[in-house]
Amino acid sequence: MLELRAITAGYDRRAPVVRDASLTVAPGEAVGLLGPSGCGKSTLARVAALLHRPDAGTLLLDGTPVRHWRHRAPRAQRTAFGVVFQQPRLSADPRLRLTDLIAEPLRATGRREEIPARVPELADTVGLTPDLLTRRPHEVSDGQLQRACLARALVLRPRWLICDEMTAMLDASTTAALVAVVEDYRAATGAGLLAVGHDRILLDRWCDRTVHWDTVAPAGKEGAVPATPGR
Amino acid sequence: MLSVRGLSVRFLLPGGRRIAAVTDAHFDVAPGECLALIGESGCGKSVLVSALLGLLPANAQTAGSALLGDLDLLTADERTLARTVRGRRIGLVPQSPAAHLTPVRTIRSQLEETVAQLTGVRGRAALRTAAERAAERAAFPVDHLDRHPHELSGGLAQRAATALALVGGAPLLLADEPTTGLDRDLVDRTVDELRRHVDADGDRALLMITHDLAAAERVADRVAVMYAGRIVELADAEAFFGAPGPRHPYSRGLLDALPDRAFTPIPGMPPELGALPDGCAFAARCGRATDLCATLAPLTGPVACHHPIPAHDGKSPSTAAPEDIRA
Repeated sequence: MLELRAITAGYDRRAPVVRDASLTVAPGEAVGLLGPSGCGKSTLARVAALLHRPDAGTLLLDGTPVRHWRHRAPRAQRTAFGVVFQQPRLSADPRLRLTDLIAEPLRATGRREEIPARVPELADTVGLTPDLLTRRPHEVSDGQLQRACLARALVLRPRWLICDEMTAMLDASTTAALVAVVEDYRAATGAGLLAVGHDRILLDRWCDRTVHWDTVAPAGKEGAVPATPGR
Repeated sequence: MLSVRGLSVRFLLPGGRRIAAVTDAHFDVAPGECLALIGESGCGKSVLVSALLGLLPANAQTAGSALLGDLDLLTADERTLARTVRGRRIGLVPQSPAAHLTPVRTIRSQLEETVAQLTGVRGRAALRTAAERAAERAAFPVDHLDRHPHELSGGLAQRAATALALVGGAPLLLADEPTTGLDRDLVDRTVDELRRHVDADGDRALLMITHDLAAAERVADRVAVMYAGRIVELADAEAFFGAPGPRHPYSRGLLDALPDRAFTPIPGMPPELGALPDGCAFAARCGRATDLCATLAPLTGPVACHHPIPAHDGKSPSTAAPEDIRA
């Protein structure tokens, strides 16, 4: 169970972007979070992915409060999450070949020996051909790069997936293909999903339930926020 | 208004590789019309826009012609393009506003500069009012004008870029993915604003590049479908999104991928533009492909395919073709 209770978060303590937001995702459940541009839903997604420390409120992961935050949460808890961001260009290291991009989480967690087996398997799952894996991000299209970013999110076999506008930059066919990959993974592993987006039709089709921002953060104020950093 | 004939763009890469980004594009945009160019990412849509504005990188080669009135945009020199075309005769709503806006200046200062450059407005107070009016036209909140681009959300940055594009009152508006990253309400407002710009004055036109099929359906009069650098179908928007439906198997697949339709992806991925097959580039992903597909199907009727999905409206395709093509 992933529980966010009365989360207040932002980039300036005097003007938090998210106020008093509460949200629960049950294991194996797919929750869609719907909200207008600039309402703070990407910030909340970063908090849910343990990448951004909330100013106030508690985050419970399977009943245990997440503690010992520095800027992010401790790695042992963070690796239970796979995250896909909106803009693949900003969330992929431009110097890495796609194969290294996908393998990066394995390297970072000292599981190098799994790379030869895991990366080709995942590349096949997300529909990347072997010749694409040797290229760098500027040599592939947005859709192909987002496929690699999704593979990177799945490489550690996360129990939770956070997809922050994963398909906003993509065409209809790639969107349907990536959603199918996420759903196949969830069907196989029982992972929970928080999908953030602004396309109600897509989220209704994709998720078990869709919640609107207004019900998640009733006290939230709408306003401009800084463009979300890619990673 | 805009008449594109046989437009091709090739990129020459070191090592003699050639990328066929756009191949033999034919289309017209009539005054008062909105043409939506749709297709998967990486199929050459944005390159086509860059070619029309003379903004291609140095290693690009173009062929064919693109007539705006009597000016050929492909052969015009930089001086003509810079002084009379960009902003004045063609307005551009860019793909990524965050990269298009100047990061070190406020939106107000950029809008005022654009107003001063493109219109006759002079004097501080007049510029200030004109800039605020320009912001309002694109639904950009006036109290955010003194912010820098990094202080804006993606949606607001997009509206700022739209406001800049509308300032010059250009008769032809090119919108390159104007709605990427916006929520549905904002998409509707943005495209409605573009449409209003076209309708406000009968001799204006809009060429909108998008992969957002819902946005295309909302504003387009006609739809051009691009695949692997070629326009494979050119159809009336009403017929394309409505009952007869698209006729090219690729267009059909794109619509079927929508979450409110079948939500099934087209198998595989688009081919590499550097290594296109000789025949139909979609054959490898097409469920209806035959031996004939090893040869290229020209865009003779409304669709470039050897085995188009039959039109169900009872009209014979040959009578509908000249209307759709407007050659």
